[in-house]
Amino acid sequence: MFATIRHWLDTRFDWDDLTAPLRHKTVPTHRLSYWYFLGGITLFLFLIQVLTGILLLLYYRPGANEAFESVQYIMTRVRFGWLIRSIHSWSANLMIFTAFAHMFSVLFLKAYRKPRELTWVSGVLLLFLVMGFGFSGYLLPWNTLAFFATTVGTAIAGQVPIVGKPMMIFLRGGPGVTGATLTRFFGFHVAVLPGIATVLILLHLMLVQLLGMSVPSKLEVQWTADPSLKQEMKFFPNFLLRELMAWYLALGVLGVLAALFPWNLGVKADPFASAPAGIKPEWYFLFMFQTLKLIPSKVWFIDGEVLGVLAFGLVGLLWILLPFFESDEPSHVKRWITGIAVFALAYIAGMSVYGLLAK
Amino acid sequence: MAFLQNKQRPFSAALAGLASFVVFAACLGYAQTKNSCLDCHSALPDPMGVTEEKFSQDVHAQKGLTCASCHGGDPTSDDPDKAMSRKAGWKGKIDRKQIPELCGSCHSGPAYIRQFNPSLRTDQLGQYRTSVHGKRFAAGDTMVAVCTDCHSVHDLRAPSDPRSTVNPVNVAKTCARCHSDAGYMKGYSIPTDQFAKYSTSVHHEALAVRGDLSAPTCSTCHGNHGAAPPGVEKVQNVCSNCHAFQAQMYEKSTHKKAFEAVSLPGCVVCHSNHDIRRPTDAYLGAGPQGVCMRCHKPGDHCDQARAQLLSGLSQLDEAIKSADQALSVAESSGMEVGEARLGQDQARDSLTKARVTIHSFRTDLVEQDIQAGLQIAAKNLQAGKQAMVERNHRRFGLGISLIAIGIVLAGLRLYIKKIES
Repeated sequence: MFATIRHWLDTRFDWDDLTAPLRHKTVPTHRLSYWYFLGGITLFLFLIQVLTGILLLLYYRPGANEAFESVQYIMTRVRFGWLIRSIHSWSANLMIFTAFAHMFSVLFLKAYRKPRELTWVSGVLLLFLVMGFGFSGYLLPWNTLAFFATTVGTAIAGQVPIVGKPMMIFLRGGPGVTGATLTRFFGFHVAVLPGIATVLILLHLMLVQLLGMSVPSKLEVQWTADPSLKQEMKFFPNFLLRELMAWYLALGVLGVLAALFPWNLGVKADPFASAPAGIKPEWYFLFMFQTLKLIPSKVWFIDGEVLGVLAFGLVGLLWILLPFFESDEPSHVKRWITGIAVFALAYIAGMSVYGLLAK
Repeated sequence: MAFLQNKQRPFSAALAGLASFVVFAACLGYAQTKNSCLDCHSALPDPMGVTEEKFSQDVHAQKGLTCASCHGGDPTSDDPDKAMSRKAGWKGKIDRKQIPELCGSCHSGPAYIRQFNPSLRTDQLGQYRTSVHGKRFAAGDTMVAVCTDCHSVHDLRAPSDPRSTVNPVNVAKTCARCHSDAGYMKGYSIPTDQFAKYSTSVHHEALAVRGDLSAPTCSTCHGNHGAAPPGVEKVQNVCSNCHAFQAQMYEKSTHKKAFEAVSLPGCVVCHSNHDIRRPTDAYLGAGPQGVCMRCHKPGDHCDQARAQLLSGLSQLDEAIKSADQALSVAESSGMEVGEARLGQDQARDSLTKARVTIHSFRTDLVEQDIQAGLQIAAKNLQAGKQAMVERNHRRFGLGISLIAIGIVLAGLRLYIKKIES
């Protein structure tokens, strides 16, 4: 039957020609090949987000008077609603984690080097976008923690000189976090960000397909010197089947987390209540939040928080441009970039743990 | 005037004129506001000493009144003989017997008081005359409280000021200065343990510990300027100011008539007066905390009704606790039981309502509230149990899913092995 369908497609669309690149594509194999799966897992989790997000949209109602109740309804009345919502929440967190892990694996394997600079740029932009998804989606259940986290988060954004205040007003839909903010965040979460993300993901995947998989610089030098040492496997079906195994594993982990630790709904937001003591953002913003807390209120004549926000903005920009500081020659890769990567990883992990434990 | 004619320096001339005016105005102002009394009295020891700092805290001083407003005299004079001359109206130390009338000379005048505080009442002196203090004072007893005993003097603050001796938080301590002093109260046939008892009461806890300014203090029940014991027949009227529902129930109850027949003071019979504790269901018990059996005989109709009421309340209390426990277990398993949690508040409301309805002393009415609460608690308990059943289903489903995923993984692994061998 498959042969008949294939023949039918081939006679009409030159199916064999169309799929030829896929059949001829190869993936390098070495002891660090496992890191290649992280990007695929992140993509899988994004697809899970799209699917569960569409299902949640069937019942979710954006609005200060309805949002919490509609999520409660999904959790308690809708068949498998609890599972869909828990998977959406857990998958979001896992996706951000795997996106970070994917970025650091690319960094340590030096996979961002020429000619893959734009793959890195699109990837880092996607990471920022994924964090934007997290920030906007966190408010949607309209619970106390989300309300105050958004209040604090948008206030930090408001610290940016000149454009900060108008940007904060734009994000909030007014001077304070209200139902207008919820409606805006809903719009960003389900329309604006997915649109940009789809374009960037397609670009990222196209670049990966076009440029192939990178190999670690040492290996690249060896393989260039002696091509007989080169080891690779077919992308289809060998690598794809392995990737499929990774996706199934991710699905299992998601199932375990969603079933054993369903995502808590919390208490409905009360804009007139005082903020709960020791309120913290989601874990992926914790390193920045803790840093801002540690900066003195005045550094020389500059406001400490403004300085922190500007510093993070500058670091983010330099991070996007990182490949352009690297050498083109695999034999002359710059060690200081690896040093920065180690420091960044240690800083993010350390500050996150510190922020988690700090009162 | 020569410098005014100097056309070369018109600016300097204007400046000199302005400076002269300022100095003149300052001297005039100094003469008008000068209070020479404090020059000497701030250096004197108590009870004659009044420092400027102390007097500046006084609400009268803040409104522009001076020592002379009460004591007379001429505070603008630096000469003590002139400042404290009878000719200038100096009265010296105010005789204790004159204090209520002196204060009343301003505080009973609506037109005068209105210019300072239009909402301030002006019937204090009239009320005082009807109080036990006022009546005894009129009869010549100068040991009873007069205005300054409660409000203090020379640093008298508005009652809304937390430092005021008559701020709700401080009233009980102010009353206790006399009423808890056994030596001072020796000549009066009233107890002196009211403050000690009040300090253990639920009202004191609400006011002093929780800072609830609506909680009662001495003056809430006894009145302030017209302070007097509420009287046996009026006790429920006092309590009903806050405990309205209980009072309504009690008004229609058989106990009201029974208590009145033997001159028992309503609410106080079961709850006492100054040392009112937080009532518990044990009040309905037959144990040492039980109040019913102080009057009723074991085994009589009322004893049976008491036991029935207690049993109903205990049953509802237990039902609520069981539902709470079931919901907590479900919550700790990650189940969403927010609606049932909200329902628990309704069950607790029913229990509170049943406890209020006790004051009707009608088992049928209390039973209605208890049954309503039991139904809600049972529904919530069921929700908790259902959540646990649902949790088990989820875990079973997870197990099946993981087995399925495991089989697919094994199959993929075998297939990869096959195509690569």
